Amino acid sequence: MEKSSYEVKVGLAEMLKGGVIMDVTNVDQAKIAEDAGAAAVMALERIPADIRAYGGIARMSNPEMILKIKEAVSIPVMAKCRIGHFAEAQILEELGIDFIDESEVLTPADEENHIWKHDFKAPFVCGCRDLGEALRRIGEGAAMMRTKGEAGTGDIVEAVRHMREVNRGIRRLQMMDKEELMAEAKRLGAPFSVVEIVAQKGRLPVPNFAAGGIATPADASLMMQLGAEAVFVGSGIFKSEDPSARAEAIVKAVTYYTDPAVLLEVSKGLKDAMLGRPAKGLPDDEQLAKRGW
Amino acid sequence: MLQIGVLAIQGAFHKHAETLKALQTQPVIVKYAADLAHLDGLIIPGGESTVITRQLGYRLAWEDLHAFAQKKAVFGTCAGLIMLGKGCTDPRVRQLGLLDAVIERNAYGSQIESFTEDITLSFDEHPFHAVFIRAPKILKVGKEAEIVATFRGEAVMVRQKHLLGAAFHPELTNDVRVHDYFIRHCVTQSGK
Repeated sequence: MEKSSYEVKVGLAEMLKGGVIMDVTNVDQAKIAEDAGAAAVMALERIPADIRAYGGIARMSNPEMILKIKEAVSIPVMAKCRIGHFAEAQILEELGIDFIDESEVLTPADEENHIWKHDFKAPFVCGCRDLGEALRRIGEGAAMMRTKGEAGTGDIVEAVRHMREVNRGIRRLQMMDKEELMAEAKRLGAPFSVVEIVAQKGRLPVPNFAAGGIATPADASLMMQLGAEAVFVGSGIFKSEDPSARAEAIVKAVTYYTDPAVLLEVSKGLKDAMLGRPAKGLPDDEQLAKRGW
Repeated sequence: MLQIGVLAIQGAFHKHAETLKALQTQPVIVKYAADLAHLDGLIIPGGESTVITRQLGYRLAWEDLHAFAQKKAVFGTCAGLIMLGKGCTDPRVRQLGLLDAVIERNAYGSQIESFTEDITLSFDEHPFHAVFIRAPKILKVGKEAEIVATFRGEAVMVRQKHLLGAAFHPELTNDVRVHDYFIRHCVTQSGK
């Protein structure tokens, strides 16, 4: 019996496709998310919008809170550790977390190095802004990628940019001769072995999800139509005026993302989405997507 | 060409579609009741059984799926096995109850307990590399069903005439033998 192989890690990511992963901060929210049809929940002390408002150092959440959420739901539970903070990741793995998000939403612990994720039994998801960043994380052992977007803003513009960047990078690789791949790997700053696989397959070797700024069913559909295979919703649900209805609407929007009749139906009758703030106006040190490389 | 549907509410449906293509059958993405017409069989993929339960009844009625599975071939993997089987006490999950086997959800624990293992098929002498992801267990196999794959003596795949249920994920490997078995023994046995 072989546990924790890369195949098994990517396998769970495959099972989450076509689903919505929702940020929750307590047991009640976790149950609302599960009842609304979340494929997984992300347990954290504060959702990104509140991390922004609260300031200070954002760290891994209290393990006790994560364990309570794990007990309350039957779906997979994810949690975040700081970029490069492998001790936080070790703690999350020890408590039996299903997926670890090495996340730019928390304050980075290492500005040069990400976690060597191959050494862990638990699978990792990491954020990316372009193909090079995605392939570096996959090289380190990430079993799922997601766009960084700009978490906690309710502004979809960065997630769109990142998804388009990754897809453009993949299309470029597909057009290249074998002779050009090494130079492209150098340009991307990405491991050649992974570059080769992507050039051959025309897609990332792991599932690619959307995250960062998704606030409405239309946002979710947009990201799916741009090629995302599932959607993370952070602040968008529990910062809105109708979390339960909005969560359910986004779940339906992800399954039926190409059906405007469904999108119209689920968008009607929702109360106000999170107010949000434009990602463009954020001062440099508040742009979370710039954390990590 | 046989047309096999893949229920695409949530989960690993694209992987099943790829395997079906490799077997020269026509995969059909199923999200609406109308998609079930003209199908020769259906696969209910792995994913979260709570999510699939929650969304059935929206554009695809529970009753339509039930009626289909009574007559036509259905192959459930992981969450799909749970949906086909019986005896799940979790109120968050609704089962079709057509496959005579008692299934326990997520029986091995969290993701770090997920594993791969070579299992024994009843219909082929070579072992099958099986991927188990937060897998369910087949606790009891009823009189109506027969065991068609085992791992350490325990049933991991059962068949009941036109129905097939596996606790593992044959769609995650390049080995097409289990899907091929479904097509040859379940799909072609059920009425068109």
